[in-house]
Amino acid sequence: MILLQAREVSLRRGDRAVVSAASLTLAKGRVIGLIGPNGAGKSTFMRLLTGLETPDRGDVRLLDRDMGQIPLVLRARQLAFIPQDGAPPPPMPVRALVALGRLPHGQAGDHAIRHAAVDHALDVTGLQDLCARPASHLSGGERARMNLARALATDTPVILADEPIAALDPAHALSMMHLFRQQAGQGKGIVVVLHDLVLATRFCDELVLMDDGAIIRHGPATQVLDDDIMRTVYGVTVRRVAGAVLPWSLCR
Amino acid sequence: MKPAHQTMLLNVMLLAGVMGLFVTSLMWGETRIMFSHALADLLAGRHTAGAIIVERLRLPRTLLAILVGGTLGLSGAVLQGYLRNPLADPGILGVSGGAALGAVSVFYTGLMQVSIAALPLGGLTGALCAAAVLMGLVGRGGTLVLLLAGAALSSFAAALTTLVLNLVPSPYASFEIMHWLMGSLTDRTFTHVWICLPGVVCGTLLMLSSGRALDALTLGEDVAASLGFQLHGPRGVQTRIVLGAALAVGSCVAVSGAIGFVGLVVPHLLRPLVGFQPSRLLLPSFLGGSLLLLLADMVVRLVAVGPELQLGVLTALVGAPVFFARVIMLKRTVS
Repeated sequence: MILLQAREVSLRRGDRAVVSAASLTLAKGRVIGLIGPNGAGKSTFMRLLTGLETPDRGDVRLLDRDMGQIPLVLRARQLAFIPQDGAPPPPMPVRALVALGRLPHGQAGDHAIRHAAVDHALDVTGLQDLCARPASHLSGGERARMNLARALATDTPVILADEPIAALDPAHALSMMHLFRQQAGQGKGIVVVLHDLVLATRFCDELVLMDDGAIIRHGPATQVLDDDIMRTVYGVTVRRVAGAVLPWSLCR
Repeated sequence: MKPAHQTMLLNVMLLAGVMGLFVTSLMWGETRIMFSHALADLLAGRHTAGAIIVERLRLPRTLLAILVGGTLGLSGAVLQGYLRNPLADPGILGVSGGAALGAVSVFYTGLMQVSIAALPLGGLTGALCAAAVLMGLVGRGGTLVLLLAGAALSSFAAALTTLVLNLVPSPYASFEIMHWLMGSLTDRTFTHVWICLPGVVCGTLLMLSSGRALDALTLGEDVAASLGFQLHGPRGVQTRIVLGAALAVGSCVAVSGAIGFVGLVVPHLLRPLVGFQPSRLLLPSFLGGSLLLLLADMVVRLVAVGPELQLGVLTALVGAPVFFARVIMLKRTVS
């Protein structure tokens, strides 16, 4: 079942094409990793997929409906978004902030705070013990989990996350990717922007590689990433070193 | 205690405080009256001195203290929530400056000799013109555009107000203008109440309707939009907030002059008591603003020695030390 589909979407800012004829299809239970160097257009493409921006050309369809035709509240019940640089959270309790994920369902205040979906989201992300703590006191890893919990509390079939592990140490990054994989296993469709190619390769069913606003390659990691693409797109050379702590290294 | 119960308790306490001060404000004043007799006369329609003092002097003044204080408190809470800036206050939109300019123009042209309503109507006209210019400038722009447009409008209105002061031929008129600009509720009548009421009611309703959007905005504009809130455009959250604050604050400044610090201090003091949730802060800020201004107005009336202290001066004298205290507390927390 196709949850989200972008068809040949393009967006220009002034004379510059930020996204050029990009297409993507997200099916139920899949994790798609959106990768590419800085400035490749990943975040803008993500905003087009979320409906935060409207493409100049092409269209985005959510559950087989044109994104532009879906009322904002209904859209919010079907698609949750975790932005790249979330605003620093206020000193509200973690549970109250996670409960904001119930707003698209018209639930606020104590009704939302007590909702089963909020409890489930806190359980899944391991935040139950921190739920009374002011969100401003959370570490980077805990904040990332809180943002995911807020998205899970909305209980949408689609989750879009823009660099959710960018500021996390390896353990927290792994934990987050496991959570995404787990959610996909329960039938959600997930698109996640990543710079960590090792985790992208390991946890994503499919990679979409962008460069200069266009999708260069897409498919399983083995078909998308090779030494040639690392050199041409990322500008680095892959050198395999026998006997080293890591069996490979990257160099300019 | 659950957050909702805590907020409800706070609202009940603030409401009880406002009601207590409302009655006290009617009872106490420069002229001593038997309040129970005055009230009985008023209800029976007898025009005794006590009834006239309560009906024509103290009641409109007290009602205006509630409306103006409440509006300033609520506007401060809404703007601080929307801009995610605890230093935002109603003056940031430039509409207060527009209202002041409108009122000062009435002084300058001598129109205030025509009717008692000329001054507040001039202020209201200035506020509405400023609000229209602000809305036109901001359009679909975001919070940064709003802040810049408000600062530009505020500076321009202040410059024009100074120009009027500079050009005014009579030193007495200058004194009157300066006195009015300090903010006061002295000698206000029901005419002033009726002039400010429609703007306050419409503006307050518009601002109160934005509570859930303010909660969502604590997570940033993109998340708020992805949670289903339309932020910009004619029916967007920004339009409701800016139009609501402009209407309500402009109407209040038109009748009371500029009263500072209420919109800044009240949300600051109450925010920790509602768990820092913007939507829970709105009603307490209205009630807290009313309470503070009622209290300040009673102090102005009862502790008057020589010329009556202007209300805006007193709120600034009280408000600034509150901020000093907050700075010291913040430094202690950080260290």
